[in-house]
Amino acid sequence: MSVRRGRLKVFLSYAAGAGKTYRMLEDAQELKKRVDVVIGYFEPHARKDTIEKTEGLEFIPRRTLEYRGSTFEEMDTAAVLSRRPAVCVVDEFAHTNVPGSERAKRWEDVVTLLDAGIDVLTTMNLQHLESLNDQILQITDIRVRETVPDWVIKQADEIVMVDVTPDALINRLKRGVVYEPEKAAKALENFFREQSLAALRELALRQAAHEVEVRHEIPRSNDRLLIYITDEPATAMLVRRARRVADYLRAECFAIHVSDTGDLNSLNRAQREAVERHLNFARHLQIETRILQGQDVPSTLVEFARRERITQIFLMRPRKGQGKSFQSRNLTFDILRLAQNLQVTVVADRSGQRL
Amino acid sequence: MNKEHRRDPERILAEVELADQRKSSGRLKIFLGYASGVGKSAKMLTEARRRKRRGEDVVVGAIQPKSTPEIDSVLSSHEIIPTIKSAGKDVIDVVRILRRRPQVVVIDGLAYDNPPGSRHAKRWQEIEELLQSGISVLTSVNLQYIEEMQEEVASITGKRPTETVPLAFLKRADDIEVVDAPAEEQKSSRLREMALLMAAEVVESELRTYLEAHRIVENWGIQERILVGITPRSDARLILESGKRNADRFHGDLLVAYVRQSDLSPQDQSALDSNLGIARELEATIHVLDGHDPVRSLIDFARLAGITQIFIGHSQRRGWWQRLRGNPVERLIDLAEGIDVRVFPQRTIT
Repeated sequence: MSVRRGRLKVFLSYAAGAGKTYRMLEDAQELKKRVDVVIGYFEPHARKDTIEKTEGLEFIPRRTLEYRGSTFEEMDTAAVLSRRPAVCVVDEFAHTNVPGSERAKRWEDVVTLLDAGIDVLTTMNLQHLESLNDQILQITDIRVRETVPDWVIKQADEIVMVDVTPDALINRLKRGVVYEPEKAAKALENFFREQSLAALRELALRQAAHEVEVRHEIPRSNDRLLIYITDEPATAMLVRRARRVADYLRAECFAIHVSDTGDLNSLNRAQREAVERHLNFARHLQIETRILQGQDVPSTLVEFARRERITQIFLMRPRKGQGKSFQSRNLTFDILRLAQNLQVTVVADRSGQRL
Repeated sequence: MNKEHRRDPERILAEVELADQRKSSGRLKIFLGYASGVGKSAKMLTEARRRKRRGEDVVVGAIQPKSTPEIDSVLSSHEIIPTIKSAGKDVIDVVRILRRRPQVVVIDGLAYDNPPGSRHAKRWQEIEELLQSGISVLTSVNLQYIEEMQEEVASITGKRPTETVPLAFLKRADDIEVVDAPAEEQKSSRLREMALLMAAEVVESELRTYLEAHRIVENWGIQERILVGITPRSDARLILESGKRNADRFHGDLLVAYVRQSDLSPQDQSALDSNLGIARELEATIHVLDGHDPVRSLIDFARLAGITQIFIGHSQRRGWWQRLRGNPVERLIDLAEGIDVRVFPQRTIT
């Protein structure tokens, strides 16, 4: 028997202290009047008025795990499944579970609940969205490690923007509502600088608008993008950017590596691992990957593009200099010259360098 | 930003005056929703109650006719200065509020027309007066009342209210906060999207002002800005149309730049005019640039304008010019650090 998939509702904002959890619990309290609601995970360090909002809601006890001599608490997904509520509240969607957990990420736990027909309310900050990772680094100088692939968010039935002004956030922080004093002072210097907050907020509002838009009619385009995958470290950034452009254009996306043997055996170990990592990363973002066999990279790519009706090739910006980067520079321009009837996008390096 | 511009003493003086004025005037915070019933009033009154508990002197100067039990319960904790009847309409009692001199006044419903003969025709003008006298204001508004948005909203809902608030009033607010909620119908989704984007725009202009005032140069490319570079000979229609489609998808801006060349042949001039005509049709902002080195001019302009993507046609130049200066597209890519470059196919002209 197939079960109806649960509905996912995400409360989105751009910083801790915006009031996402509070808003989610308000929703949960409202739902509780009609249906069976439980709390699967709730941050124990929450603020007083947020804790008050959990009143009368059933908590599923967290699971305790040992890792390297410390204890960690995670959502007990199995316990939620056997309790079978109609709705489960799961705070912090982007959280990474402690090693030894059944699933690596909390969003994977949530997907498990949804598959079992349980509706989920969850919270997330926009900086955890995979495709924005490089831009977030530019704005905040922080490389966010806990990310959620964009397609997971695209599957959410509802996204609600929890807006707050940077002023109000900074105030809350100064009053010690969000973090303890020492952490608050540090946060004010880094992440919570006024201009960074304003930039993140604008990004969140635009993302929320985009999420609303894709949920009502946008026609699919005929665009088909090809991303050229190499062992260069900036490839991850290239994949993120192309994925983002593809999502906005509603285009299909392929990630292609070219080698003379058609597999990765001709590469040395470091190169092979890097290419594998980049191909895996593309698959993780739901991009179809291929390794093509060919002696000559530009002509192999361009032939594939013609055969597969690709409209646009995405390449890394060549670095200036000698040796390997000189090769990559030539490669970019060779592809450009060969692909005269295709669009070629040379993607800027957004991984943190400031101008 | 160029340095001359910054050192302009008139401008600095104006900034200082504005800052002084702002210091003595009250702060304006606007709660923006895409429709009624999304929870603006509740959110605003809850914030007012929080402020009151923290010791601020808060009064309520106007409430909505329709109420919910939740709103009634928050309202009961507030001091209310009732509206007065004037020609059958409820009007806020500005005189009494000014006499009472609270720190903060809550005015639920920013878009409101006063009856003829009132002190101010529009409620937003009354709020202006309260702010000038040093009283801070919390107020709420729905998208459909914002003058510049009305046409688009009316095309979706088929309704056009008579009350209006100019967008400039929202932009002058110290704080604007979106009150968002899921939309049931598709047409509400479009309004919701519009409200979120409008708030993003207000945030963007605040951010720019902040960065300029603090002499911070940053280009984070949060809003996509696409620059199409055209030449007389370029097959520009395809590139311009693609630029337009991409800018629309990203809810970004479309700019078109042309680097002025001397002694154009009549054919080239008419080709250029036709390209610029297409750009105007697509509502792009057109910039004519000067400079001996077109690639350099384009890049310098792109940096100044905060461009995130440059769209350009494949170079058709062959021969001596390329040997002398290198392929212009390749040079552009080399120089375009931090900016995506999309190269479009061109019909080969031999």
